[in-house]
Amino acid sequence: MRWRANTVIGGALTALALGTALTAAFWTPFDPLRVNLRARLQPPSSLYWLGTDEFGRDVLSRVMAGAGTSVVVALSTVALAISIGVVVGGVAGYLRGWTDRIIMAVNDALLAFPGILLALAMMIVLGANKSGLVLALGLAYIPSVARVVRGTVLSIREKEYIEASRVIGNSELYSMVRHVLPNAVAPVAVLATSMFGWVLLAESALSFLGLGVPPPAPTWGNMLAASRPYMETAAWLSIAPGLCIALTLLGINLLGDSLRDRLDPRMAHG
Amino acid sequence: MTAPLLTVDHLRIESVRSGAAVVDDVSFAIERGEFLAVVGESGSGKTAAARAILGLLPPGLRKAAGRIELDGEDLATVAPRRMRALRGPTVGMVFQEPMVSLNPAISVGAQMAEGLALHERLAKSEIRRRCLDMLARVQIRDPARTFDAYPHEFSGGMRQRIMLASVMLLKPKLLLADEPTTALDTLTQREVLDLMVELARDYGTSVMLITHNLGLVSRYAQRAVVLRQGRLVETGSVRQILFSPRETYTRQLVQALPRRGAASARRAAGEPLISVRGLKVSFGGRQRLFRRDADVAAVNGVDLDIGAGETVAVVGGSGSGKTTLGRAMLRLIPRASGEIRFHGRDVTTTRDHEFRLASQLVFQDPYSSLDPRMRVGEIVAEPLRHVPQLAGAERDRRVAAMLDEVGLAGFAQRWPHELSGGQRQRIAIARAIVRHPSFVVADEPVSALDMTIQAQVLKLFERLQAQYGFACLFISHDLAAVEQVADRVVVMQGGRIVEQGSRDDIFDHPQHDYTKALLAAAPVLDFADPASVRASG
Amino acid sequence: MLGYLARRLAMTIPTLLLVAVAVFTLVRLIPGDPVQVMLGDNVDAAQAAQLRAQLGLDEAIPLQFLHWLGKLATGDLGHSITNNLAVLPLILERFQVSAVIVLVAVAAATCIAVPAGLIAAWKQNSALDLAVVSSAALLLSIPSFWLGLLLLLLFGLKLKWLPVIGYVPFSENFWQAAVFMLLPIVTLTVLEIGVLTRMARAASIEVLRLEYVTHARAKGVPEWLVLGRHVLPNAFAPTWTLIGLVLGHLLGGIAVIETVFTLPGLGRLLVDSIFARDYPVVQGCLLFTAVIYVVVNLIVDLCYPLFDPRVAVA
Repeated sequence: MRWRANTVIGGALTALALGTALTAAFWTPFDPLRVNLRARLQPPSSLYWLGTDEFGRDVLSRVMAGAGTSVVVALSTVALAISIGVVVGGVAGYLRGWTDRIIMAVNDALLAFPGILLALAMMIVLGANKSGLVLALGLAYIPSVARVVRGTVLSIREKEYIEASRVIGNSELYSMVRHVLPNAVAPVAVLATSMFGWVLLAESALSFLGLGVPPPAPTWGNMLAASRPYMETAAWLSIAPGLCIALTLLGINLLGDSLRDRLDPRMAHG
Repeated sequence: MTAPLLTVDHLRIESVRSGAAVVDDVSFAIERGEFLAVVGESGSGKTAAARAILGLLPPGLRKAAGRIELDGEDLATVAPRRMRALRGPTVGMVFQEPMVSLNPAISVGAQMAEGLALHERLAKSEIRRRCLDMLARVQIRDPARTFDAYPHEFSGGMRQRIMLASVMLLKPKLLLADEPTTALDTLTQREVLDLMVELARDYGTSVMLITHNLGLVSRYAQRAVVLRQGRLVETGSVRQILFSPRETYTRQLVQALPRRGAASARRAAGEPLISVRGLKVSFGGRQRLFRRDADVAAVNGVDLDIGAGETVAVVGGSGSGKTTLGRAMLRLIPRASGEIRFHGRDVTTTRDHEFRLASQLVFQDPYSSLDPRMRVGEIVAEPLRHVPQLAGAERDRRVAAMLDEVGLAGFAQRWPHELSGGQRQRIAIARAIVRHPSFVVADEPVSALDMTIQAQVLKLFERLQAQYGFACLFISHDLAAVEQVADRVVVMQGGRIVEQGSRDDIFDHPQHDYTKALLAAAPVLDFADPASVRASG
Repeated sequence: MLGYLARRLAMTIPTLLLVAVAVFTLVRLIPGDPVQVMLGDNVDAAQAAQLRAQLGLDEAIPLQFLHWLGKLATGDLGHSITNNLAVLPLILERFQVSAVIVLVAVAAATCIAVPAGLIAAWKQNSALDLAVVSSAALLLSIPSFWLGLLLLLLFGLKLKWLPVIGYVPFSENFWQAAVFMLLPIVTLTVLEIGVLTRMARAASIEVLRLEYVTHARAKGVPEWLVLGRHVLPNAFAPTWTLIGLVLGHLLGGIAVIETVFTLPGLGRLLVDSIFARDYPVVQGCLLFTAVIYVVVNLIVDLCYPLFDPRVAVA
C-alpha cells in the first residue's frame, strides 16, 4: 500500500518537474531573461504569479526555465556517469584479479573526494558553463556508479545460473552479456534514479556558490543565491526556487523508493 | 490421569493482510514427559503453531481462534508479564538455522546467562558455574573458553549445542524443537538429537519435534501429528502412522520415503565412460598480511571409474570433498590436477568440445540455478546453441518434447519465479538432458525439496536415466535417496575415498568406520521390520 | 585484531598516494600558464621566474611531483598568493570551524535518528512508522542551503532571536560562539536526521527478522532489552558506515552552509580561493579534505570490531 502511495506521489512530482522542464522549452508566461526595471521586486500577484526579482524578471518564468536547465544537466550527467561507470564496474566485477584490483584502487582514490568537491575541482579546469558542468559532475559520480555496479556484478557472478551457463559451454563473454547484464539492470535503474536526485542537488549547490551555471541563465541554485540580499524585503525570491528543488527531490526519492521496493527479489517471489 | 502439559484446541492462525488460514482448526495434546513429532511439508503451518504456543507469532500473522492451555494456564487470558515469565522455564524453543540463531555481537556466555539471570535470583558466580556445567554436559570441549567466545567462532553443530544448552539451562517443561538439525551434517544431526533426547529425559521435559523427516520421527518420537496446508490430517502412535496410516496423505508421505529397489543389472561392461586418476584439487590458504596459510586439499588424490549408464553415488559429510569432486570431473575447476579420461581420451587439459557437450550438471538450489530473466523455454533451449544441427523448428520440437518428458508441457512461456521448487528442479533436469548427454553430475538435486516432491523428482530422474541411458554421478548426503537410485556407492572423507562398492555391499556390509558411522547416523526406515521403530507410548 | 588494524592502515597508503597524484594532475590541467593567471597581466619577468621556481614549475613533471610530495611530508603546502599566508596553518584554522559544525550536527542527528529508526522498525507499518518514514523522506529532500536561508529568514530576520551574520571562535567566548553556530548546526542536524533515520530503520528491520531476536524473546527477555541488547548493536553497523560516508560528504557540502551563514570555514576558503585563482590554497584544500575523508573512513572501519566481533577475524 505504501508502495502505491510512493509511486503516485513520487511519480506526480517528478512528472511535474519534467513536464515543466519540457514546457519551458517552448513557452513561459514571460521571457525569463527580459529585464523590466519598472517592475522590480513585485510580490506575487495575478500578473506575476510568483512575483518578480531585482531586475523585474518574472520569477515563475525563471523557475520554469530553471527546471529546464537543471533537468537537462541532471539527465546528461546521469547518462554520462552510468554509461561509463557500468563498463568500468562491470569489467572489474566480472574479470576480478589484477584488473579488478587496479581499477578499484584508482576508483577508491577518486571516491576519497566528496562528490561535490571533485566536481568543484574539475570546474576549475573545465570552466563555468553547462557542458563543463555536465562533464565535471559526470566524472565526479563515475566512481560511485562503478562501485555499485561492481558489487552487483560480483553477487550475480556467484549465482548458480552463471555456473550453469558455463557448464553448457557458453563463453565468458556470452555469459556476461546474456546472463549478468540483464540481471544487473534493476539495481542500476534504482541507482540512476537516486543519482538523478543527487546531481540535481549538486548542480543547485554549485550554482548557488556561483560555480555552476552562470547568470543570467536561471537555475534554481543561482536564483537562490541572488535572493540573499533581498531576503528581508522580498522573501518570495527565497522561497520559490528552494521549494521547487525540495519538491522535485522529494518526487525523485519517493519514486526511487518505490522502484527499489518493486524490484526487491523478496517481493518478486510473493 | 493427570492433565496434559499442553493442550491445543481448534487453533486457527490467519494472515493479518488476507485473512487466509495458515493453521486451520488444529487440535492436539502433549502429555508430561512425552515426545511428540509434528510432521508436515512446507506450508503445513507447523512453525506457526509452535510460535503460537510461545505467543511469538511474526507480525503478519495473528491467532484468530482456538485455545492453548499450557501447564494449566490458558494462554489467551495470560498477562504479557506472566507470558514472559513462562517463556524459558516453562516452554523453551530451539531453532533451525544455527548461523542466525545466536546474536553475533554478544559472547556465548552472556547469551546463556541472560535467561538464567532473568528468571532466577542467583549470584553471578553461580550463574557462570551452571552455564559451564551445562556446556560440559553438551560435550563442548573447553567450557571456560567457550563462555567468553563469540558465536562466529563455532561450527553449525556446536552452535546448535550451545543453543540447546542455553535453553535447557532453564529446565523447561516443554521443549519446542523446530527442525533443529535440518541444516546440519548427517553425523552431527544424530549427535545433537541424541543429546536433546538425553537432556529431555534427565529433566523430564516433554518434546515437540517439528520435522519433515520421517526417519527421525521413527527413531525418536512416541506419537506423531501430521499436518498439511494448515489442517490436521492424522494423529496416532508413530508405529501406527508409519506402518498402518489411515489417511491418503499420510500414506503418500510414507510412500515418498525412498526405499531400496532391486539391484539393477546396469553393470558397466567394457571400458569405463569416465575414468579419473589422482584427481587433486587444492584451494589456496587464506592470504594473511605477510604469509599465506597452507593450501587446503579439498580433493586429495581420487581414482574413480564410471561406466556408461551407471549411477555412482558419492556420499560423505560436509568437507568430504564430494561437491568439489563433481565440479572437478566436469572440468569446472581450473585448479584441478590429475588425469581425466573420457571414452579413453585424455580430456584433462584439452578443450574437448565433445566432452563439454556430453556432460552436464544439475544443481542443488532450484532457486538460483535458473536465470530469473529468461523464460522456461529459453532456458531449456540454451544448451542447444552448441548443436548447430538442431536449429529453428527442430530445436523447438526438441524443447517441447523435453518439457513434456518432465511433465511440464506447455510451460515454455512461463517465468521461473512463477514455478514451485519442484517444478524448477524439473526444468533444471530438462535443461541438463536436452542435449542427450552421456554423463550427468547431480549435486544434491533433491535436498532442497519437500518429501513428496523429492520422491517425484527422484522417480523422474530414474525414468529419464532408464530411457536415455546416461551415466550419473549422484552426490548426496541423504543416504535414503542414495539407497534408492545408486548402483555403486563411493564414500568420501577428508578429500579421499575411504570405501566403495556396490550399493547392497555398502549398505549391508560396511567395512570402514566412517561408512559405519554414516549409516548409523542416517535415519533410514526398515519397512520390513516394524520392531525397529521405537516402542510407542 | 592487530593484524586487522595493520592491514587496514596499509590499505590507506596507496589510496593517499593516488589522491596526491590526482590533486597534482588536476592543478596541472588548468588551462593556460598558471603563473600568468596567478600574477595577472602585469607580469614582471623576474617575479614570474621566481614564482615559477617557487612552485617548481620549471622542472620536469615527475621531479615536480616528487618535490611537491617531499614538501607535503614536511607539512609545507605552500603559500597563498592573495595574502602570502602559509597554506597549512590557514587550512587548519578554517577547518576547526567546519569540523565543529559537522561533528556536532552528525552526533546530534545520530542520537535522534538511531532510536527513531529502531522504534519505527519495531512498529513497522504502524502510523508511527509511516510518520517517521514520511518525515525522513521530506527531510532528505530539502536542500541544505535553502533550509539555512529559511531558518535565517525566520529566526534571524523576522523573529530576530538569533544573529544573521558573525562568528566568534569557541575559544574566545563559548556562549557567544554557540549563539552564532546554533542555526548552521541545527540546519545540518535536521537534514542528516532524514538520511540516517532511513538507514537505521532499514537495518533494524533486517535484524528484527533474524532468529536470534525471536530466540531472545523466547527466553522471556522483555522487549526493551531485546531492542537494546540484541537489535541495536547489530543494526548499528550499517548506520555507522553511512555516518562515515556522510561525514565525508559533508566535508564537501559544508561550503554552502558556510556561505549562507557567512562562516569562515574550510568550504568557504576553497570556494573563495577558486574565485581568486589562488591555486596553492585550492590544492591544499583539496588535498586536506581528501586526507581527512580517508582518515575518517579508516576510523570508521577500525571501530567496526566494536559492533561486530566477526570483522576482526576476517
